[in-house]
Amino acid sequence: MRGFAGDAIRRLRANPAAVLALGVICTVVVATLLGPWLNPNNTETLDWLHVAARPGLQNAHWFGTDRLGRDLYARTLAGTRVSIAIGLVASILSILVGVSYGAISGYLGGRTDQAMMRIIEILSGLPLIFFVIFLTVIFGRSESLLFISIGAVGWLTMARIVRGQTLSIRQQDYIAAAVASGASSSRIIARHVVPNVIGPVIVYATLTVPQIILFESFLSFLGLGIQEPGASLGTLIAEGVGEMEAAPWMLLVPGSFLAVLLLCLNIFGDGLRDALDVREG
Amino acid sequence: MPATLCIDELSVSFAHRTGTVEAVDGVSLRIGPAECVGVVGESGSGKTQLFLAVMGLAGNARVRGSVRFEGKELLGATAPAINRVRGSKLTMIFQDPMTSLTPHLRIGTQLAEVLVCHSGLSWAEARDVAGRMLERVRIPEPQRRLGQYPHELSGGMRQRVMLAMSLLCGPALVIADEPTTALDVTIQAQIIELLRAMRGEAGTALALISHDLAVVAGLADRILVMYAGRIVENAVAAELFRQPRHPYTAELLKCVPSLSGPRLARLPTLAGQPPQPGDALQACPFAPRCPRAADRCRTERPLLTGASTSQVACHFPLS
Repeated sequence: MRGFAGDAIRRLRANPAAVLALGVICTVVVATLLGPWLNPNNTETLDWLHVAARPGLQNAHWFGTDRLGRDLYARTLAGTRVSIAIGLVASILSILVGVSYGAISGYLGGRTDQAMMRIIEILSGLPLIFFVIFLTVIFGRSESLLFISIGAVGWLTMARIVRGQTLSIRQQDYIAAAVASGASSSRIIARHVVPNVIGPVIVYATLTVPQIILFESFLSFLGLGIQEPGASLGTLIAEGVGEMEAAPWMLLVPGSFLAVLLLCLNIFGDGLRDALDVREG
Repeated sequence: MPATLCIDELSVSFAHRTGTVEAVDGVSLRIGPAECVGVVGESGSGKTQLFLAVMGLAGNARVRGSVRFEGKELLGATAPAINRVRGSKLTMIFQDPMTSLTPHLRIGTQLAEVLVCHSGLSWAEARDVAGRMLERVRIPEPQRRLGQYPHELSGGMRQRVMLAMSLLCGPALVIADEPTTALDVTIQAQIIELLRAMRGEAGTALALISHDLAVVAGLADRILVMYAGRIVENAVAAELFRQPRHPYTAELLKCVPSLSGPRLARLPTLAGQPPQPGDALQACPFAPRCPRAADRCRTERPLLTGASTSQVACHFPLS
């Protein structure tokens, strides 16, 4: 393989921490998808014989159970899956909205740019927690609302980054050449500007996923996110905190899943940034 | 014969903290079908801005006057109307081929895109045409080049690609903005040769912008000399070199080193500096450096007068 992407992959491979982090992320993702079939318990069955059981192999509750007797292994994997899904969906949403908004704003420039940037400043001035609380109060709690409220704020920084990149790309000769060859503004943005900002977009997106996972966990921890009987890492940790002294595994199992996942996503994002940033390479 | 490009009283000005700067100051010119017009001048004389304004690429500059291309007014036309002409009938080649191609698109894609945009060809047909065009600009192995990225090509090769791109839709006028400045001398000669051949084959008009008199001398039928945003002389190429009429042209020609003449200890240069943006201009901007300047040159603006093939903007032209 040759070219920019090939070089970037080669540089990424030379970074053992990033490769390891990617391996862990893949393992966790595969585990959340396949895990439920490896275990006889499901997320909602109450096992009255083993309430708040310790982790162990003897009774098929490998990570133990919570105080209702539900299997922590099944619930943690399900929660991780929900957290990752929210992280991915909200990131994709923020990429779609942020990239098009930023590229249009930066390319058109002038008053349009000023107006579009002021809108972003107003939106980013909103205190996010209050924003989410207002939305939940008005529309009631729902998962789709959670996606929307996180996505509504996630694209702001992405739009700023893309606009900044677009401003410098707009000055390039090949953009003038594209204009001179009669391409319309929309075609230039789609084919000559956006593909050129893809590097920083990928890097920022990989760093957005853990941010959003953390934010979702935070909301769920406060009781604003995923609701019972569903689970995300945040709700599991919130439950675990209540039993911290009597049954520490209820906090430690989802807590360590969250910590390892976030750590690996961040290490991988950093590795990706180093691989794509030619100036430092 | 109707002119291909007809520019009337075109001014390009920039807002500057000391006021407005007139990069192009009331320029009128005509380029006929299949005519090659050379535009020469120092850096900052406005020659590039003039043609960027024609292409609608002047950015945030203020453009006044009239630009008619094949009878249609371009200034103030809607974006779709301009884009129909731009890139198909009216094309431009830029100075630096290293940065004028989009780095992440293959050569074939970039060339084909122009045809898909303008001629409504399918991508497959457009690629075929692009391949044939690469052959016409004498790029070896055109089929392989179509699949390559710009960074895999040398500067001369990329300028040929730019030339091929400008010729794809059979343009009526190609504007070449210092097409050889960024290339080394042997490649320069090849590109000039190619431009010459292209004129012969396709009957395309060419506006050749350059500060290099030698480049222009070999190609142009007619030469416009610009100074401080104005045209100071307009003459048939051979006449201009044989008998320049504006003192600025005469001084410029004295500066060209000769291969056959006696070896000079020092190359002659023009005394003084060209006016900087924001400088207050005298009625004749060349007056401060002109050996023939008189009081009249500082009070009365010299207009471009004379027959259309021999015009000069000077109160005291050489004869």
